[in-house]
Amino acid sequence: MKSRVIKVDYLARVEGEGALYVKIKGGKVCDVKLKIFEPPRFFEALLRGRAFTEAPDITARICGICPVAYQMSAVHAMEDACGVKVDGQIRALRRLLYCGEWIESHTLHVYMLHAPDFLGFEDAIRMAKVHGPVVKRGLELKKIGNEVLETLGGRAIHPVNVRVGGFYRSPAKAELKKLAERLKWARDAALETVRWVATFEFPEFEQDYEFVSVKHAFEYPLNEGHLVSNKGLDITAREYDNHFAEEHVAHSNALHSVMKGRGAYFVGPLARYSLCFDKLSPFIQEAARAAGLGTTCRNPFKSIIVRAIEILYACDEALRIIDAYEPPPQPFVEARPRAATGFACTEAPRGVLYHRYQIDEKGIILDAKIVPPTSQNQKTIENDLWNFVPRRIHESDEKLRWHCEQAIRNYDPCISCATHFLKLNVEREA
Amino acid sequence: MSASTRLLIIGVGNIYRGDDGAGVAVVRHLAGKVPAGVSVIEQSGEGCALMDAWEGAERVIIADAVQSGASPGMIVRIEAHAQQIPSDFFHYSSHAFSLAEAVEMARALERLPKRLIVYGIEGENFQSGTQMSPAVNAAVNAVCAQIEKECHAEIGS
Repeated sequence: MKSRVIKVDYLARVEGEGALYVKIKGGKVCDVKLKIFEPPRFFEALLRGRAFTEAPDITARICGICPVAYQMSAVHAMEDACGVKVDGQIRALRRLLYCGEWIESHTLHVYMLHAPDFLGFEDAIRMAKVHGPVVKRGLELKKIGNEVLETLGGRAIHPVNVRVGGFYRSPAKAELKKLAERLKWARDAALETVRWVATFEFPEFEQDYEFVSVKHAFEYPLNEGHLVSNKGLDITAREYDNHFAEEHVAHSNALHSVMKGRGAYFVGPLARYSLCFDKLSPFIQEAARAAGLGTTCRNPFKSIIVRAIEILYACDEALRIIDAYEPPPQPFVEARPRAATGFACTEAPRGVLYHRYQIDEKGIILDAKIVPPTSQNQKTIENDLWNFVPRRIHESDEKLRWHCEQAIRNYDPCISCATHFLKLNVEREA
Repeated sequence: MSASTRLLIIGVGNIYRGDDGAGVAVVRHLAGKVPAGVSVIEQSGEGCALMDAWEGAERVIIADAVQSGASPGMIVRIEAHAQQIPSDFFHYSSHAFSLAEAVEMARALERLPKRLIVYGIEGENFQSGTQMSPAVNAAVNAVCAQIEKECHAEIGS
């Protein structure tokens, strides 16, 4: 029997390097492999023996795109271990910092990585030659996200101002006021972005996913809340390891995260949106409806619209926080170590980021576990391809490869976080 | 970038990924040794941030690690304002939108500095860790010397 192999040796427009292999035999998909190596293991080993105060800065180095997520999960887990609660303006500043990261990370993906798929360009550079003003709007919007990080984090790429208990320095009111002017422009640009991506064409592809996200009683989730799903999960971060496991798969060095007894699940913008739509303000809900979304979204190709909605949310939430801001008397809450284990889940742009640390009474890290969102989505990405390729089997290898890559990019996979190498192969047998 | 900057030098890389730290090592060596009017900064290599970093600068020099298959420590100098950067040249970077893309994007949007020189240092080991290979270390020194010369020529002191 002749086989057909579709290969993508170097997946473009994903963070990090990776490959996919799809084998088609007798007109049926018989193999899908997403191949991955995981650097976070190294970080977990590196963290052992270090001080609990170092975790936010060390783990921020795992990813240049979402360092704030690592810092946030790290500080929350350490505060959980130390029995410290951070609230008021410090808590609000953390949300503001996270908003900055969502703006810059989502904008990068929407404009530079994902939009070219829908508009038929090989990359954003070719897209820029035709859609210059749109790309410039995207770059400016992303820059404003970076400015939020710079103002609060000390610098844009690996913020250095975050500490267990809060910040080393809190911003002056005037600094945030300056940001607010920029964010007002960003909010308008985000709304334009929502309208723009809503005009794209989307393949019909709805799946019955188990969505998992942090959910908070009053807010759209960033830093705090229970971990919930649309199929009945409702736990605290402390219970994460009871419900989720990392499995070895033969074809990859990577670990696949699964929900125990249930299998694949889906974290990220689609999950947050579908589980927490009621926490969006009427203004954002209206923008979502106008863009053609319902109260849930089960088509991963439409994640680009949901990301745009989340950019809009992040701009709006940032403005709300700045409006209510009063500098705290002290930028941090004192956290004293004790022998304990701390747990946290926060919402990285790509989804739930789980950290667990065991520390001793001096605050030395004895054990660390980090589960990034892309590891959690790997199995769902593969499942999508199992279900998506049969609908496209008539396509030429070139076209099918394009669509497979697009299906992977729906997840904005951060292979820098979860993996090191991904190469895409599709093999066909007649 | 301050208004008095006449030449901007950007070191790109991640010092926790072996030879990927070469560009950052270059600017750390150069810091304090460059003449007045020359600014030195570090960048991770994320493309949009790079474009922001050189915004408004007329003359820019970038140093970064390269993985093109050449022998470790080999140095290439690209006049990026005039010639395209091969797109797979800086592909070892974990960023989806990195140096090569930033240069070409800036070219497409007419946002390139008037003069943009890119020094690439061929790396050998991009694994996690803070040690650079001996050949890359030597190349860092050579690039520093070359950039110092270029600095003086560029700003005429």
